[in-house]
Amino acid sequence: MSRRIVIAGASMGGLRAAEQLRAAGWEDEIVVVGDETHPPYNRPPLSKDLLAAPGSREDALAAVQLRQRRTATDIQWRLGCAVTAADLAARTLTLDSGEELVYDGLVIATGLRPRRVPVPGPTAGRHVIRRLEDTLALHGELTSRSKVAVIGAGFIGCEAAATAAALGCKVTLIEGAGGPMERPLGHELSAGIRTFLQTHGIDCVAGKRVTEFLDVPGTYTEGSGRCAGVRLEDGTEVAADVVIEAVGSLPNVEWLAGNGLDLSDGALCNEHLQVLGAEHVVAVGDVARYPDRRAGGPARRVEHWATPADTAKIAAPALVAGLKGDVVPQPAAPMPSFWTDIFKTRIQGVGSPALADTIEVLEGDPSRPWEGTALAYYRDGRLIGAVTAALPADRQLHYRKLVNESGIPAGADLAAV
Amino acid sequence: MKTIDVDRTLCDNHGQCAIAAPDVFRMNADGELEYEATFDDALLDEVEEAIDVCPVQAIFLKD
Ligand SMILES: Cc1cc2nc3c(=O)[nH]c(=O)nc-3n(C[C@H](O)[C@H](O)[C@H](O)COP(=O)(O)OP(=O)(O)OC[C@H]3O[C@@H](n4cnc5c(N)ncnc54)[C@H](O)[C@@H]3O)c2cc1C
Ligand code: SF4
Repeated sequence: MSRRIVIAGASMGGLRAAEQLRAAGWEDEIVVVGDETHPPYNRPPLSKDLLAAPGSREDALAAVQLRQRRTATDIQWRLGCAVTAADLAARTLTLDSGEELVYDGLVIATGLRPRRVPVPGPTAGRHVIRRLEDTLALHGELTSRSKVAVIGAGFIGCEAAATAAALGCKVTLIEGAGGPMERPLGHELSAGIRTFLQTHGIDCVAGKRVTEFLDVPGTYTEGSGRCAGVRLEDGTEVAADVVIEAVGSLPNVEWLAGNGLDLSDGALCNEHLQVLGAEHVVAVGDVARYPDRRAGGPARRVEHWATPADTAKIAAPALVAGLKGDVVPQPAAPMPSFWTDIFKTRIQGVGSPALADTIEVLEGDPSRPWEGTALAYYRDGRLIGAVTAALPADRQLHYRKLVNESGIPAGADLAAV
Repeated sequence: MKTIDVDRTLCDNHGQCAIAAPDVFRMNADGELEYEATFDDALLDEVEEAIDVCPVQAIFLKD
């Protein structure tokens, strides 16, 4: 009898998992269930080029749709269909149609959704950026006369602010705790990025929380009307026709509730990406929380574009081996990597700079990152990450090699989870 | 032997391909991509990886 692996989530993680299951020798059924109606597509352009000029809906989808490996044949795609519940002991999933889907193996690839700013006020005119529809809707409201307030200065907030400014909008970036990209890149480079954003006309507001969305400047009427700006904790008002909320993400794990898993921040896995406390279940992509073997330290989620491919390469062979009763292969220790583009300036990173206790400047001046700079990130005296800004890719490859050479600390195989 | 094509209008010199398949792709000192248009079948796995990790899907495998 044919056995079945179900993949929940049909984005990049789901696609890479399906491809890697075939590569690992799984010849039976693969069913991918995804609640978006589109086939898997690439998200990074959603806050960059595609937000600037999406074209028609069809053009936009064609520009970002992911190609599938030719060897990944015979995959059943169930798009526009959500998994609403799972019974891991009985190995069944419930779909939003009410249908029950039985599986032998399960891949969790349900990713993240944007967190919303939890304060009162109107909802019209407020945007998030995660899906194609979000980008199309937001683009439709951006004109050269728009006043835009971006809440949150992480990667997506900074990119959206830069894209809107390049379209001629008047942009205010409300940073909240920490400066632009400060958590992943550190204070010095963050300060340089702020200067860079300011030189391009973006008004950066540091360290203030949003307490309210405004209807009409100065007057708040209970939940009605269009958003006209935000009020900050010190009482200042920022007028805006368009508000972009970029305050981080929440893992889509509610459908897994009731199975005794640790879902406190995504799905907790071991270094094989096997979900702890469940048999024949693995997780891939943004939703997976797994030991960072290179940096050491506790298991964490890694929200980068390279993560779906890196994790699928480990999770798929582990799942197939488990189902076939074979020995699970030694897992690789993936090297995280990421990039962001702001006003045509690229920042690239490898390793886990966010976990560093010490940062050293290797090249250039981080207070002027647009002129080219490189930084090294250390934890307990070990090099665990490197970041370059406005440097050619071969410099990034050079630093990547150095981080790679610093290896995996002893004992990390049994990394603390 | 197999053949690839990189669409230069798409390629954004990310350099990810050069990490996945250093025998086929490399970044020169100007930060630009150089690659071998034909490669040995034994490198197919590497090249498939390079295709996967290109953030702009600029690499195409030919028949
Ligand atoms: C705007 C934006 C810009 C980015 N830019 C960069 C960048 O420049 N560099 C970089 O390194 N990374 C970037 N990233 C991060 C990168 O895109 C993500 O890491 C990647 O998309 C993760 O893929 P995933 O498949 O794990 O999760 P997701 O892409 O979140 O996919 C999960 C899928 O599962 C679906 N789903 C959720 N719940 C259910 C359910 N119950 N049933 C069925 N389906 C469900 C979701 O709708 C979604 O389609 C960016 C992300 C965004 C949003
Ligand atoms: S990974 Fe893609 S964009 Fe980057 S250099 Fe290679 S082909 Fe070009």
